[in-house]
Amino acid sequence: MRLYFILLVFLPGIALAQMVTRDGVTLSGPQEQRAEAIGDQLRCLVCQNESIEDSSAGLAKQLRVIIRQQVVAGDNSKDIMNFMVQRYGIFVLLKPPLSKLTLLLYASPFLALLIGFLAAWLARQNRVAAVAPLSAAEAARLDELLKR
Amino acid sequence: MDTKRRVLFAAPFAAAIAGGAGFYTLLRRMQDQKYDPHALPSPLIGHRPPAFSLPGLDNAQGFSNTDLRSPVKPMLVNWFASWCVPCVEEAPVLGQLAKLGLPIWGIAYEDTPAAVANYLNQYGNPFERLASDSSGLTAINWGVYGVPETYLIDRDGIVRWRWAGALDQNVVLQTLTPLLERYS
Repeated sequence: MRLYFILLVFLPGIALAQMVTRDGVTLSGPQEQRAEAIGDQLRCLVCQNESIEDSSAGLAKQLRVIIRQQVVAGDNSKDIMNFMVQRYGIFVLLKPPLSKLTLLLYASPFLALLIGFLAAWLARQNRVAAVAPLSAAEAARLDELLKR
Repeated sequence: MDTKRRVLFAAPFAAAIAGGAGFYTLLRRMQDQKYDPHALPSPLIGHRPPAFSLPGLDNAQGFSNTDLRSPVKPMLVNWFASWCVPCVEEAPVLGQLAKLGLPIWGIAYEDTPAAVANYLNQYGNPFERLASDSSGLTAINWGVYGVPETYLIDRDGIVRWRWAGALDQNVVLQTLTPLLERYS
């Protein structure tokens, strides 16, 4: 019974302690983690090589707030990313998706490998045929030379 | 075999020269403002602006996306702010365009009515209509990532062009004027 009362008193406190406030939005620990995971994948358009999570630009802060509000509202991460892409284009994604536009980018390592194999194969083709083994007379002459 | 050796010898030099020439043209184009590596294509191009309804300044009437549905002729929507330095640079260009009869509607971004009034007094008011996006949330829906930004809207209310940064004579002559002719 006493344990029950202790739990009753402290549990809400423990739950509250796990709530975090970031940029004015209060959310639970796992929610904040999800929001950070989303923000880490989005480019800050003001500074272009920072993620929204890392940037101190005003716009990045606003976008962090929007992400957190949508996370609290229960929107799934994919929808939140789509929200950003709709407004800012695929450039907002730090990791570009595979599409017609990015096909060459993603294919480039394989293309490089292919070119390498091709070059190696051509080089092999052009290699001069191995020298024929020495005849008995040549071997004898070589032995003589080496003995000296 | 000899020509092959010569070709192999020349190949790295040729590659270096081609790379250098490419880099040089890139830098030249950047200098002439024909190429901007930071410019982003706007996803709004080819579409109507997203739904919004913004108040005017000091109880004046603002405007909403429905007011942009079918302008009489192509027009500009200009996002600006009194605290924005490049906006001051752009102000005379906008003034000139307005004088030539191009309708320009302004949206003040994250600003206060008093500051905007002050700014327009000082640098001129080229805007046919004015709205205020004090929270900056409508700007996010438009994909605005800084001020000034200018959107060209054709007679069907469709966004045809977005310029991020201050408009200058170069951009007006080389890019905006041909677009205005095309969509008029």
